[in-house]
Order: sequence, then structure tokens, then C-alpha cells
Amino acid sequence: MNVTSGNHKFRKAKSLAMNGLCIACAVLVILPLGMILFYLVQKGASSLNRAFFTGIPKPAGMPGGGMGNAILGTLELVALASCIGVPIGILGGVYLSEYGGERMNTWIRFWADVLNGVPSIVWGMVAYTLVVLPMKHFSAWAGALALAFIMIPLVLRTTEEVLVLVPRSYREAALALGLPQWKAIVRIILPTAMRGIITGVLLAMGRIAGETAPLLFTAFGNTNWSHHLGEPIAALPLQIFSYATAPADDWNRQAWAGALVLVAMTFCLSLSVRLFSAGRFQKNT
Amino acid sequence: MNFAMTPEETKTAPRSPAENAGTSAPQPQTKPAATPAASTAVPALSVKNLSVFFGKHQVLKSVSLNVEARAVTAIIGPSGCGKSTFLRSLNRMHELVSTSRVEGDIRLFGEDIYSRGVEPVIVRRRVGMVFQKSNPFPTMSIGENVVVGLRLNGVRNRALLAEQMEKSLRMAALWDEVKDRLNAPAISLSGGQQQRLCIARALAVQPEVLLMDEPASALDPLATSKIEDLIRELRKDYTIVIVTHNMQQAARASDYTAFFYMGELVEFGPTAQIFTSPKQKRTEDYVTGRFG
Repeated sequence: MNVTSGNHKFRKAKSLAMNGLCIACAVLVILPLGMILFYLVQKGASSLNRAFFTGIPKPAGMPGGGMGNAILGTLELVALASCIGVPIGILGGVYLSEYGGERMNTWIRFWADVLNGVPSIVWGMVAYTLVVLPMKHFSAWAGALALAFIMIPLVLRTTEEVLVLVPRSYREAALALGLPQWKAIVRIILPTAMRGIITGVLLAMGRIAGETAPLLFTAFGNTNWSHHLGEPIAALPLQIFSYATAPADDWNRQAWAGALVLVAMTFCLSLSVRLFSAGRFQKNT
Repeated sequence: MNFAMTPEETKTAPRSPAENAGTSAPQPQTKPAATPAASTAVPALSVKNLSVFFGKHQVLKSVSLNVEARAVTAIIGPSGCGKSTFLRSLNRMHELVSTSRVEGDIRLFGEDIYSRGVEPVIVRRRVGMVFQKSNPFPTMSIGENVVVGLRLNGVRNRALLAEQMEKSLRMAALWDEVKDRLNAPAISLSGGQQQRLCIARALAVQPEVLLMDEPASALDPLATSKIEDLIRELRKDYTIVIVTHNMQQAARASDYTAFFYMGELVEFGPTAQIFTSPKQKRTEDYVTGRFG
């Protein structure tokens, strides 16, 4: 009997067609990213110079100027938001994974997922109500708080997910040594899950670095350097928004450059995620 | 095997005062099934009418037995007979399951480990445990794993830590294999070495009793025989309770054997007696391989 005969050719053709379809879909996914990068570099790279990184916006109609204040502002906002959001998110994740009862956890997870789905502009409104209205002016604090709201559910859920992956046997080994539970968590369970948690935090930072809507009426933007956190502060997404919609060629070009820098910043965050996934003793999986 | 430790050294090691409080301990019970034949010394662990429940399910039914100090007591029985639950109730590890409940009385050198005011943390420091699957902490080196219990319990003295590290590794018969790479990751060791590392880690906090939950069941025969040699050596200084599926292992490595069946203690006595002239029909059937 000849097992290779019959519809062998047809099968081979089908396999080839499916293979081609998969490759085409993969290209379709990567293509927009490549196009965006190409377009950003083409339009924006020419405006990247020293003044762009160190200067502040010039008055309308005057050439030159830069987005130094906006770049610094975004870094400040992300750092500040992380200071608020990361501890709360991690501690909440630890509660879910290590302490919480089943019924309580179901509710917390449900609420965290709902919060995750809240449109970011709503968080801007919340921060506006909580900070801007009582202080009577826009501020970096308000912007950071709005961004922190977005971060908390993200960090909380990833922390919980990676902690659950730490085998139960490590917890048992730690407790069997006579360690109190909090010490077992802080010194053994959290370090074991650390690279996963850091990955989650970096991804959340990348997510908030590009947020525009929640900053519109909290951080507000600033055409100058801001000298303390109670003042309105510039941010790259805000600056890009106002320059991209402005009727001036020079500003439009700078908006492209700003977008390029913003993409580069989030790219660096993703890259550091890759680096962190190679822990001290752990193999890169 | 060469051990750097002498009995004098163990006595100087910091121990809890309970060891001296042994005079108030209850005498061995008179129940025939519960008392090792020739034992008159104060038991390390005295278990009386122990019942353990998970939710509504009763896993252990009124178990009473005495664990002799500085001897190896093996717990055998078919799967699901409550061996592991019994072992875990001895250092209150079963409490990690929130639905668990315990009735009865367990005394560690005369001290009730379930009385109010006794923290499970303190019990576990005195009653160490080695698990079925070796579980060295993956973020730590070999050396760090050994002394992690001491370090996290507040010992800062580097000389003391180094001394205890070597002593524990020697006791676990691992020193010669790892002394040149104490800073290597613990998970770079072989399975058998990892399990001996876990034994060293448990010994480093100087427990009075060491519980072993099928410590060799995941190991190859060579690594298994190393662990058994080790258990026989450790008996000189420690009280050991070992759960095993392997009847030959119980026969080879233990002084006393308890046979559990369906949550009950069927028979308890010197190992030789359990394996050669058991009093109970069920014990005989089990050790001769007729069931289980």
C-alpha cells in the first residue's frame, strides 16, 4: 500500500496556504508599528537637536525652542505617580494573594478590573475634584494622582498574578523555619516574584507615560519650567497635542519630534522589562 | 561519615527551656498500641486523642502515640490515611488550610503546643520540617539558603552564621560537595543535593524535632540511600518523625513504626516488631504487601 499517494498534494497545498495566512497576519501586526516608527523618524528626527531637549517653547511665531520642560515634566509625573501607585498596587496584590479570603478577593478583583476599564479622562475628573478644586489651581500633584489611579489596578493585578505563581512549597518552607508570615512574604515570597512585579510596574509606567486625557485639566501643561509640584506642569503628550493642532509648521515639526521622543521613552521601558526578565539566578524564559 | 559535631556541642547550642521542663511531662500512656515497648524516657512528642478535621471531613481519628527522643519514628500507611496530616499537626503546619480544626492534645517535651498563647511560629522553630519536594529558595545561593532561618530570625553575627552554615552542611552530609561553591545558586544543585540542602536549612535553626514528609520519594535510589544514611546519623542528636511510602525505607531507617489506616493508628511499636511479628492482621497485610 502506498501511503504517500492520494490527496498528499492537496494536503501540502493546504498546509502551505495556512502557513502563508499566519505569516501575512503576523506582518499585518508588525507593519503598522514599522510604519509609525518610520513616519515619526522621517518627520521628527530633523527637529531633534540640543535645543529641543534643553529649551522651552518659544512664543508663537518665533522659530526654535524645545520641549525640555515637557520631557522633564513627563518624567516627574511618571515618577510621582509611581510613588503613589506602586506601593498601593503591590500591597493590594500581596493582600489578594497572601491574606485575603475567597469572597473578599472576588470582590476586590472585580473592582480592580472595573477600575482598569474606567476611561482615563474620568480619572482626570476625579483628580480634578479631589485636588484641583480644593487647591484652586492646576498642579503636578493632581496630574500624578490621576495617573496613579490608572496605575493602581494594573500593578495590583500583575502583582497578584505573579505571587500566585510562586509555588506553595516556598511558603511552607519559610513558615516551617519558624518565620512569621509577614517576614516570609517580605524576605522570601516577594523576592522570588520580584522580576514579575518589576515587569508589571514598568509596563504600567509605560502605559501612563503616554496618557493625555487625564492630564488635560489636572497637570494642565506649562510653557515654562515648573519649579514646584504645586504648579501646573508640562507633559510631553499635552505638548504634542497643543503643537500638533497649532497652525504653525515649526510647531507641527516639533510635535512629530515630541512623539518620537515619547515612543522612544516607552520603548526604553519595554527594553528594561526585557533586561529585568533575566534575574539573578533565574534563567531567561 | 565524618561529623565535626560531638554531643557536647549540641548541648551548648541555644535551646528552648522546655527541654529542661521535661520532668513535668506525662508518663507514656498505658494504651498497648500507643506505647513503644521498652520506652521509659520522657517522650519528645506525646500525642493524645488527636483528631484533625478539614471542614466536616475527619482525617485523623483519636490518634495517641509517643515519639521517643533521639530516635527515628516512621509513619507508614496507604495514601490518604492521614500520615501527612498527622505530621503537619505536630508543628501546626496544617493551620495553613483555613478550614482545619484540631482536637486532642500534643505535648512537645511536656509543653502543650496548642495551648492559648503558644504561637505557631514558636512551635515551628522548635519542630522543623523537610518536605517531599525539595524547595530551596531560588533567589538565594547555597550558603544563604542554609542560614536563612537564622538570619531572618535576627542573627546578624557573620562568624556565627558561617560556623552554623558549615556545621549544618556537615550534618546534612553536603559540606564536601558544596564547600567550594557556597555562592552558587541553590537551584544549580542536583535533586538529591537540593533535598540535603533543605535538611541543612532545617537543621540550621536548631530544632528539637525534625519532621520529614516523604523526603526521598522524588529521588533516585542512590540519593535515597544517602538520605537514609543521613537520617540514621541525625538520630544521635535529633528526634525524627518520617512519613514514608516506602516500606523498606521504614524498615531500614527507623526505630519505631506507626501504621496508619483510614485516619486511625492501627499499630505502633518497635520497627522490628511491626515488620516481623505485627499484632494486628491489617498491619501484617499491609507490610507484607497484601494491600495498600
